[in-house]
Amino acid sequence: MLHMIKLENIHKSYRIGKSGSLHVLKGIDLNVREGELVSIMGSSGSGKSTLLNILGILDNYDKGAYYLNGKLMANLSERKAAFYRNHTLGFVFQSFNLISFKNAMENVALPLYYQKVSRRKRNKLAMEYLDKMGLKEWATHLPSELSGGQKQRLAIARALISKPKVILADEPTGALDSKTSQEVMDLLKEINAGGITMIVVTHEHDIAEQTNRIIHLKDGIVENDVNDSEQKKKVFESLIAEEI
Amino acid sequence: MDWDKWQEILSTISKNKLRTFLTGFSVAWGIFMLIILLGSGQGLKNGVEEQFADDATNSIWVYPRQTSIAYQGYKPGRRIELTNTDITRTQNSISNIDNITGRVRVNAKNISYKNNYGSYSIRSVHPAHQQLENTLITEGRYINQMDLENFRKTAVIGSLVSKDLFKGEDPIGKYIDIDGIEFKVVGVFEDKGGESEMRIIYLPITTAQRLFKGGDKVNQFMFTLHNATLESSQKTVEKLRTQLASVHHFDPKDKRAVWVRNQFENYQKVMSLFSGINIFIWIVGIGTIIAGIVGVSNIMMIVVKERTKEIGIRKALGATPFSIVSLVLLESVVITSLAGYIGLAAGVGLLELINKFMPPSDFFRNPQANITAALMATGLLIVAGAIAGFIPARKAASVQPVEALRTE
Repeated sequence: MLHMIKLENIHKSYRIGKSGSLHVLKGIDLNVREGELVSIMGSSGSGKSTLLNILGILDNYDKGAYYLNGKLMANLSERKAAFYRNHTLGFVFQSFNLISFKNAMENVALPLYYQKVSRRKRNKLAMEYLDKMGLKEWATHLPSELSGGQKQRLAIARALISKPKVILADEPTGALDSKTSQEVMDLLKEINAGGITMIVVTHEHDIAEQTNRIIHLKDGIVENDVNDSEQKKKVFESLIAEEI
Repeated sequence: MDWDKWQEILSTISKNKLRTFLTGFSVAWGIFMLIILLGSGQGLKNGVEEQFADDATNSIWVYPRQTSIAYQGYKPGRRIELTNTDITRTQNSISNIDNITGRVRVNAKNISYKNNYGSYSIRSVHPAHQQLENTLITEGRYINQMDLENFRKTAVIGSLVSKDLFKGEDPIGKYIDIDGIEFKVVGVFEDKGGESEMRIIYLPITTAQRLFKGGDKVNQFMFTLHNATLESSQKTVEKLRTQLASVHHFDPKDKRAVWVRNQFENYQKVMSLFSGINIFIWIVGIGTIIAGIVGVSNIMMIVVKERTKEIGIRKALGATPFSIVSLVLLESVVITSLAGYIGLAAGVGLLELINKFMPPSDFFRNPQANITAALMATGLLIVAGAIAGFIPARKAASVQPVEALRTE
């Protein structure tokens, strides 16, 4: 089966001040097959968000190779990077990252604007996706008029509208209560069941438990890469230990 | 340019009203102030030029006064008197005289036509007086040489005199009564010098000297020079003064014996004052524009900073740096152009209102702004706003999206 994501020895450092540098990712090797539902876990500072940003081409890496859908993501021009973000990837963020002055429908339609889809067509599509998320009546509302769960469903609709191959979710339930969290997670699972590869960064065990595979990062390397419930439990235990 | 981009810009503008207003206001205000400044400057200039429109700017006016310095045995305080001889001599001795005229005041108590009475200044003059005073004949003719030679009793009256005495009747050929002597009206005139200049009656100088004065004295004389510069006119005045001093026995250094008004000097003085005012207006205007540029630049920089997160979101969704930079720039250009136009229209509108409702005065009339300058200033502000938006927008569009997303 095709590897949707293939990472080979990825390194990433951040410059701190004038001379210092922080080595965040210290050689990540990782394969994700098409249609997988994967969670990335790790204590703060483990590099899980950095990894997700590199996967999303929101940030570059220093060393190694990243293949997305079989293509090497290195030295991309801004245009190319924009193209892959637009066509291959969908993002769901903890803080939703909706554009505050655009209404729900316009927010959902925005990725299609960058695909040069006509206004009428993209608004029609946006309404369809809003309908799927149960937000049709909220189409003309601004994000500030929506609840947290509604905002995240809106963001998911926006991530889906460009029919991406991979959805990257960074703490998608981090700003939601447990009931809404479960609703959002159910939605993500349902989307994954439709064939879209899903990578979720989370620190919540009950969220991670619902994914098929957990990648446990520690100090910038993959500590564990597990998929059965017994091993998952061990990962959770070691994570608790790390936090203390 | 695709229509979709414009819709995106219009929706961004309409949904960020305060931002739009702040950017627009600094531009509109700058242009508005510039228009008002330029218009006021022009109004001032028009007013001043109107002042000079009364009298020829190449004229020299000579008035006899009293001596102030003892000379050749004469005590100071002696009154100098000028006569027709002085005029003839001056005309013969100064080669570049165009027009020369004397002026004799006549103090008449009663001036009437039928049962209409009035009191007007009477000036008896030579025909050349018309050129010196820029008198505009609207009907009939001015005093001519024949009037002078034949001591005709003719009169040229101001339009307001005509209005008062004749009440709409055609005055030409009619006789007005000046202290019991009948004068035939041969012309009606207007004068740019204002209303008081149109309440005057002109008579032939010879007639007036014979009928009212019984001598050849003149109250003053004046002449215009052709091909003269400020310097040559000053030399002419010097020569004239020396001549008059030797004839009338006063010290050539005694400026008070004969007062000479050199319009060349006055015009030059006012014009240099005016160019000073003009420079001042431009300095203030340029200052206003610079303030506008700084204002627009500031707002654009803040706008881009404020939009950094939005830029990050757009990039994550697939926006190219070009689309982001052009979005910010076009928005800035649209706002500044529109605001510039509003400022322009408001400024011109205000000037028009002033024009319409404020009566023209001696110092201010017909304010008009230099539209080319205003358009150039608007263009400058648009470019400044675009540059001020471009630099931070390009920077924000070229950083990694993750950095832009991190800003709050």
